Amino acid sequence: MSSAMIELILEATLDTLYMVAVSGVISALVGIPLGVLLYVTRPRQILAEPTLNRVLGAITNIGRSIPFIILMVAIIPFTRMLVGSSIGTNAAAVPLTIAAIPFVARLVEGALNEIPPGLVEAAQSMGATPWQIITKVLVPEARGGIFTALTVTAVTLVSYSAMAGAVGGGGLGDLGIRYGYNRFNPTIMLITVVILVVMVQGFQSLGDYLVRKSDHK
Amino acid sequence: MIRLHDVSKTYYPRGRHSASSAVTALKHADLHVPQGQIHGVIGLSGAGKSTLIRCVNLLERPTTGTVTVDGQELTALSGSALNQARHRIGMIFQHFNLLTSRTVFANVALPLELMGMKRGEIRERVTPLLELVGLADKARQYPAQLSGGQKQRVAIARALASRPKVLLCDEATSALDPHTTGAILDLLRDINHKLGLTILLITHEMEVVKSICHRVSLISDGELVEEADVGDFFTAPSTRLGRDFLNDFLELDPPRALIERLEEAPGPNSHPVVRLAFSGDAVSTPLISRLARECSVDVSILQAKVESIQERTLGLMIAELMGPAEKTREALDYLESHDLQVEVLGHVQRDD
Repeated sequence: MSSAMIELILEATLDTLYMVAVSGVISALVGIPLGVLLYVTRPRQILAEPTLNRVLGAITNIGRSIPFIILMVAIIPFTRMLVGSSIGTNAAAVPLTIAAIPFVARLVEGALNEIPPGLVEAAQSMGATPWQIITKVLVPEARGGIFTALTVTAVTLVSYSAMAGAVGGGGLGDLGIRYGYNRFNPTIMLITVVILVVMVQGFQSLGDYLVRKSDHK
Repeated sequence: MIRLHDVSKTYYPRGRHSASSAVTALKHADLHVPQGQIHGVIGLSGAGKSTLIRCVNLLERPTTGTVTVDGQELTALSGSALNQARHRIGMIFQHFNLLTSRTVFANVALPLELMGMKRGEIRERVTPLLELVGLADKARQYPAQLSGGQKQRVAIARALASRPKVLLCDEATSALDPHTTGAILDLLRDINHKLGLTILLITHEMEVVKSICHRVSLISDGELVEEADVGDFFTAPSTRLGRDFLNDFLELDPPRALIERLEEAPGPNSHPVVRLAFSGDAVSTPLISRLARECSVDVSILQAKVESIQERTLGLMIAELMGPAEKTREALDYLESHDLQVEVLGHVQRDD
């Protein structure tokens, strides 16, 4: 294999990591608070706001139900407005982030739902404010579940980012399509797949490690 | 210290406020627990015990009535004023409710963090508490590494951290084995002595009431139906439910064969079967033999038991009084005049 080819593969790998990292971090920063909000505004919860809860829930469901490939194309004007282009890694990161936010939010809400209600009751009996309950009880107690959610999200983002390659997003998916598929180069195809598999394994192992470390149950 | 006045709690199914579907879990409850007392509320599951205790710190806001703790009317408070007031009320739970993500030390520190206390002060406060509950060596462990009894000790230390005036115990020993229950009750009694803490506890176990409570209330179907000093309650409960609890606790029921023969009204040839409860001086008086001598009735003891209820001794007996009708009536009068609780369970036909 030529050194140019190796360079190409290396660049594509870094592009994929970049897209996953940017969309992963932003979706976590937005998705975790959204997930908490979805949970605490439920009826009979500490900040029960049934109407707000229904609206947020509906928006989240809409975000979750649009197929990624369609979302990507549909928001091109928005992407262009935000990053000035509709192709490239930055442009791909926009739909990836938007798709991942509701995904993270629902998973975080699920993780919070696993916390026994007695813990919140105990905190209330100590005179905790809702904000204290969120920061000192709910989020720390759900830490393991939140790490699991972020791991699942990172893995999903790896495969979505490969899809982004189909519309010129760059990265391993792009490389696989252009060199492996369009130019019938099975070696490139295989290498791309192997790197993706290794990447997913890596994220999963890191996630498992963080979950183990935070779990004292 | 704790005063509930005419407290009722009605639950409405979600979204509807019609009277027909409402469930009233607590009906016009009045309760007063003076400073330093341990007050038990006993009842069957579903009787409204949990609702009652949750109304004291307003985890459940009463539908009507007022709750006053340490001179402060909690039902008039909300928001941060209520949270401030809750710092002075500790609570422990059946399932401990410790945070799994925090060490023993950090669990006990939690209420102090909530109050905004400085790290150094928290350390000074938490360490002696862990010593008080006997877990100083477990400070760095996580709750999952502890036994049930140790978890409840942590929960007690946590409840005491904010130096409350009142401790609420919600079935605090129901998830523990009898031996551990005893140890936790000793600890609670100790705290009550040392700190002068007022304790309100709910339970379905007579053992708990017997070993640490000063006074007891009986709750049934959302109503407080009986209240008495523990010694009196164990010698003479005034309600049917109270007697059922006591009989279950003492395992003192008339033999089955006898129950089947019992009739309510006395017949021409029947003997009364009585349940006698002795307490105080009556325990040490040889009443049965005197009964035989002075009233000339024969006494057949069907079942008997002596219990120590705190500092008092309690004797219980089920006996058949044998003799002519006027003699047995005389015997009953004699017993009643000797400071002894007599209950006629029924009458049985003479065997001869």
